Amino acid sequence: MIVADKKPIEEIIEEIKDYTTILILGCNECVTVCEAGGKKEVGILASALRMYFLNQGKDVTIDERTLERQCDHEYLEEIRDVADQYDAIVSLACGVGVQFTAEEYHTVPVIPGVNTCFLGATEARGLWTERCQACGECILARTGGICPVSRCAKRILNGPCGGSSNGKCEINKELDCAWQLIIDRLDALGKLDDYETISPIKDWSTDRAGGPRKVVREDVQL
Amino acid sequence: MNVKTPSRLEKVLAAGLLAVTSECGPPRGSDPEVIIKKADLIKDYVDAVNITDNQTSVTRLCSLAACIRLKLMGLDPVLQMVTRDRNRIALQSDILGAASFDINNILCLSGDHQSFGDCSNGQNVHDIDSMQLVQTVRHMRDQGKFLGGDDIERPPKMFVGAAANPFADPFEIRVPRLAKKIAAGTEFIQTQCIYNLDKFEEWMKRVRERGLHEKVYILAGMTPMKSAGMARYMKNRVPGMDVPDELIKRLAGVPKEKQAEEGIDICVESIERLKEVEGVRGFHIMAIEWEEKVPEIVKRTGLFPRPEIAD
Repeated sequence: MIVADKKPIEEIIEEIKDYTTILILGCNECVTVCEAGGKKEVGILASALRMYFLNQGKDVTIDERTLERQCDHEYLEEIRDVADQYDAIVSLACGVGVQFTAEEYHTVPVIPGVNTCFLGATEARGLWTERCQACGECILARTGGICPVSRCAKRILNGPCGGSSNGKCEINKELDCAWQLIIDRLDALGKLDDYETISPIKDWSTDRAGGPRKVVREDVQL
Repeated sequence: MNVKTPSRLEKVLAAGLLAVTSECGPPRGSDPEVIIKKADLIKDYVDAVNITDNQTSVTRLCSLAACIRLKLMGLDPVLQMVTRDRNRIALQSDILGAASFDINNILCLSGDHQSFGDCSNGQNVHDIDSMQLVQTVRHMRDQGKFLGGDDIERPPKMFVGAAANPFADPFEIRVPRLAKKIAAGTEFIQTQCIYNLDKFEEWMKRVRERGLHEKVYILAGMTPMKSAGMARYMKNRVPGMDVPDELIKRLAGVPKEKQAEEGIDICVESIERLKEVEGVRGFHIMAIEWEEKVPEIVKRTGLFPRPEIAD
């Protein structure tokens, strides 16, 4: 899923302090799972903002709404009849949802309420970690199912570098060395000999380097 | 092994002589005198001089410009190049720039992570990795072609090196990793600083078991300790460094003003011991901001004078 983290409330206030009617818009997908932008967080942020404006002696209306998804036209249509009543929308969706909402409601300012962080998984309650950088050309079949692009700080395809120590990365003793994990897994799979195959220079044109990407699937288009 | 480049370092190694290399860190400014002075101190005691490439990710005068200085002084520079800061366009371009000054050695590295340096908020590139950089230089040299496939007019003639850290983890893949670097085209290796001699000798034993010592020239990395404090710092703070407690104890056991001398003694003793290790083909003496000690180390280990090599 896409993992996001809450923005500091001061940053959100700075963006919305001059508005008087504001919609806090949550998303029921990834940001709900990572507890950054679902219905619960919409309620918490709305209460905190109401309290803030009350203390400031300002009369500000703050409404709450959470859509099934903000990355889908169909669900964004649900606020069609109310969207232009607001001076601004604070979207707690990922950067995709924020932009899709902004595209849909062209004349209403849409402000991000979370920082979109990475594609990751829930390791434990309150702990999410990165697993994928969406490079567009998956090499997991060759690396024991562990991704050096997202999990090695230098995205080294023929690792580990000289900074791997006791299974940890040189940049942080808490961080697993991706190449230690790869080697351990290749070993467990009985494929340690594969380690000596040199990984060729990667084609990054399917990555961010190639410009904004799109997937076109004519077979499923209407 | 046949000589494939005009590199002086390669000629010394191919002649079967123990090679000596050292390194200079460029200054954090544009004064060329810093490099010239350091080079003057060591030039008669080494076969080639590495110039580090923004080591520990701290921004400095560029490796290529400093290598050109050395070349103009008649030295044989080793251009260190990290994949952290340049994409494949910039890497190939800098290789050609170096080749235009007949810089004949390159050391291919990934580079320390930028979080250690003065631009920790910066991006890193890592378009290719150090092993792929070795492949790239060999491709440019041997095929005379760019990565994109076009012909290079006057291809670079570089002797291609890489680093090896016998002490990083996991230990069991350190030798397979060397084999992989050799398969990628590495011709010489400069190792991480060696303090744990037993572990290094174990690594060399495994290197020999696979016959790798006959496929690549291995230069043992030596850095004299200036003090017990430096040894502790290296042990605890420098990634991938193996500093045994006995060494720290030995340094701490002498008065502070004598520790530097003790550090040089340890370095000299280590070189004497490693000279006997089959497959060690020379020494890479990295006297960090202590270049003036290189002549003493080279003389005391009987590695002086350096052989005359015709260009």
